[in-house]
Amino acid sequence: MKELLLGNQAVARGAWQAGVSVVASYPGTPSTEITEAIALFPEVRAQWATNEKVSLEVAFGASLAGARSMVCMKHVGLNVAADPLFTASYTGVNGGLVVVVADDPGMHSSQNEQDSRDYARAAHLPMLEPSDSQECLDFTRYAFALSEAYDTPVLLRLTTRVAHSQSLVEVGEREMPPLKEYKKDVAKNVMMPAMAKGRHVALEARMERLSRDVNEGGCFTIQDGSEELGIVTSGIAYQYVMEAVPDAKVMKLGMVYPLPLEAIRNFAAQVKRLVVVEELEPFIQNQLLAAGIPCEGKELWSIQGEYTARGIAKALGREVAEGMAPQEGLPGRPPVMCPGCPHRGTFYVLHKMGLTVLGDIGCYTLGAAAPLSSIDACLCMGASIGMAMGMEKARGRDYSRKTISVIGDSTFLHSGMTGLVDAVYNGGHITVGILDNSITGMTGHQENPASGKDIYGNPAPAVSLEEVCASLGVQDIHVVDPFDLKAAEKEVRAALDYDGVSVVIFRRPCALLKEVLRNPKPPVVITDACVKCGMCMRIGCPAITRDADGMHIDATLCTGCGLCVGLCPSKAIAEGGKA
Amino acid sequence: MKNTRILITGVGGQGTLLTSRILGRVAQMRGMDVKLSEVHGMSQRGGSVVTYVTLGEKVYSPLIEPGQADFMLTFEQLEALRYAHMVAPGGHIIVNTQRISPMPVVTGAAAYPEGILETLAAKPVHIHPVDALAMAMEAGNPKTVNTAMIGALARWMQSDKELFLEAVRTCVPEKTRAVNEKAFLIGWEHP
Repeated sequence: MKELLLGNQAVARGAWQAGVSVVASYPGTPSTEITEAIALFPEVRAQWATNEKVSLEVAFGASLAGARSMVCMKHVGLNVAADPLFTASYTGVNGGLVVVVADDPGMHSSQNEQDSRDYARAAHLPMLEPSDSQECLDFTRYAFALSEAYDTPVLLRLTTRVAHSQSLVEVGEREMPPLKEYKKDVAKNVMMPAMAKGRHVALEARMERLSRDVNEGGCFTIQDGSEELGIVTSGIAYQYVMEAVPDAKVMKLGMVYPLPLEAIRNFAAQVKRLVVVEELEPFIQNQLLAAGIPCEGKELWSIQGEYTARGIAKALGREVAEGMAPQEGLPGRPPVMCPGCPHRGTFYVLHKMGLTVLGDIGCYTLGAAAPLSSIDACLCMGASIGMAMGMEKARGRDYSRKTISVIGDSTFLHSGMTGLVDAVYNGGHITVGILDNSITGMTGHQENPASGKDIYGNPAPAVSLEEVCASLGVQDIHVVDPFDLKAAEKEVRAALDYDGVSVVIFRRPCALLKEVLRNPKPPVVITDACVKCGMCMRIGCPAITRDADGMHIDATLCTGCGLCVGLCPSKAIAEGGKA
Repeated sequence: MKNTRILITGVGGQGTLLTSRILGRVAQMRGMDVKLSEVHGMSQRGGSVVTYVTLGEKVYSPLIEPGQADFMLTFEQLEALRYAHMVAPGGHIIVNTQRISPMPVVTGAAAYPEGILETLAAKPVHIHPVDALAMAMEAGNPKTVNTAMIGALARWMQSDKELFLEAVRTCVPEKTRAVNEKAFLIGWEHP
């Protein structure tokens, strides 16, 4: 029987079948499950690296050593890994090297909607794009072969709907190629100007060869249909096209860079109207136009968001059935911090103190939402610290006394440390809050260097955040439990008043950690002393609700964390079992 | 034969993923093509979540569009109303009567709509309210809400009971197999 696999699981399976030995990644939705699935194969050495740049460097090193290696990240992670990527294109590979990047059209869990295909063209790298789980497996295997055949890293691009959809997959066994010989080759691997000039020549020759070869087939399919309408498409858009216009002639591209331009030119000659269907940027369309192949594309649909079969059919002038109108005026249901979340205490304090809060990437970005409404800005991984520094430079020391950065433990280790050392070096007077919940939370609980465990759950050296900060030159370091609201406010006040760089580590484990869930506390209880003042509503806990009768605790949601207990001025909330 | 489209909606953390896995297994056991689409990441933190399941001879798009769902399995009342327009005329909505207040209601910025089941009943779809939590408690474990809901769905899909039961058995951990079977059967008997 075929297996029902997520696109991400199928990529992992394909890599395993292709004999991958080393995989290094930093978690990021929608790519995370690839590396989690890889870690289940005992033959593969997998690791969570501190960030995407390090991940790619580890994978590159493994390739240099002669092994097949892979690195997986979300689209914005590729920005972090772009530096090694552009030069790995020059050196090429020894063992096959596959770089998986998962884009997020529609921004289900991302801060932007960038199109990673542009990296393929900018870095002169081939890019494959699967459209379902079977292709995720097949294309991953092919990517390794391609990488070695053309001496190049290969990009494999997913989008959320491919990465996080499950479909049936024919799986196979592992074929383990022998470790390739490692030979010192300065001209190929030491990228100084003299050697890089030579490698640039080799790179262009390789891409020219590949651009020719792709026209011979193997990387695209053509489905016959009416000559009235020809569609060029790839990835998930192909699936929508097959539903929207099943009568059209369809050319599905498996490789989106370099394009099989001559094959597309032939295809175009066979149809009266040529339309490119691709989400996000007009990446394929612009290349066709530049090559003198007339086509339509982004005139018909948006460069924003996800497509649907119906939207495509409509834009192509087809009649579509409309359903009922959605019910209007319903209260929204935005994501919220979980009951028992340690960040709730932190943001309650920062909000109460009226601070300007420079945020970062993680669950705690939800601190921007009402009623905690704390966060003023959020840009990218690690940016909170540099932003605080810039704000102080622009508005002065008095302003920085009312400003704090907040950054999670994993994000701090990913790219916050460099910002912190910059602030120390440049004489900043900033305060950085490290929200240490001892896990990478938002992406679903991956271990990080401060967790004390590796990807397999085995014990690993736990990096001490206090010692890291101290060794970077920070002389004012506070550690506090964010649920001790008085102490937290006092420590933050002291840190803000310190002339120099100060750090407050808010330390409390994530409420969803197994170790925390294993020791559940009984839910809290509201007693008759309640005067309905609404103070407990200010922390935005989903377990506390209010109606005409007053406040209620939802016992199925409450974790008994007790944050509301200390907040109640009437002492009307009792810890479970003590009412 | 037309594909069958099933929408699963609820609140992040309610365990909709197990439900879709069981439906996927059913399709596999019947030798059908199947696609499931899920949402991970930020919306799983107590937000409104949707899972799409499509099964049939050949499935292309993993998405379900407004007016296309033959069945909607909803774990929470407000989410049933929010996604009711996704259901095809004459389709079925199996709605757990549980209510979970979203943050705008918790903070007092909005009110939880009253009379949701009546509003739904006025639409050109079949509404089947179930008290899945009570069923799960009757089965012996409140965490079997999903399986009780699937029992009700299987009945309305006019499916093979034994096939669904087998899918449930293979998708849940061994030690909870008996209680899940029981919950499924309670859902099947009280759709």
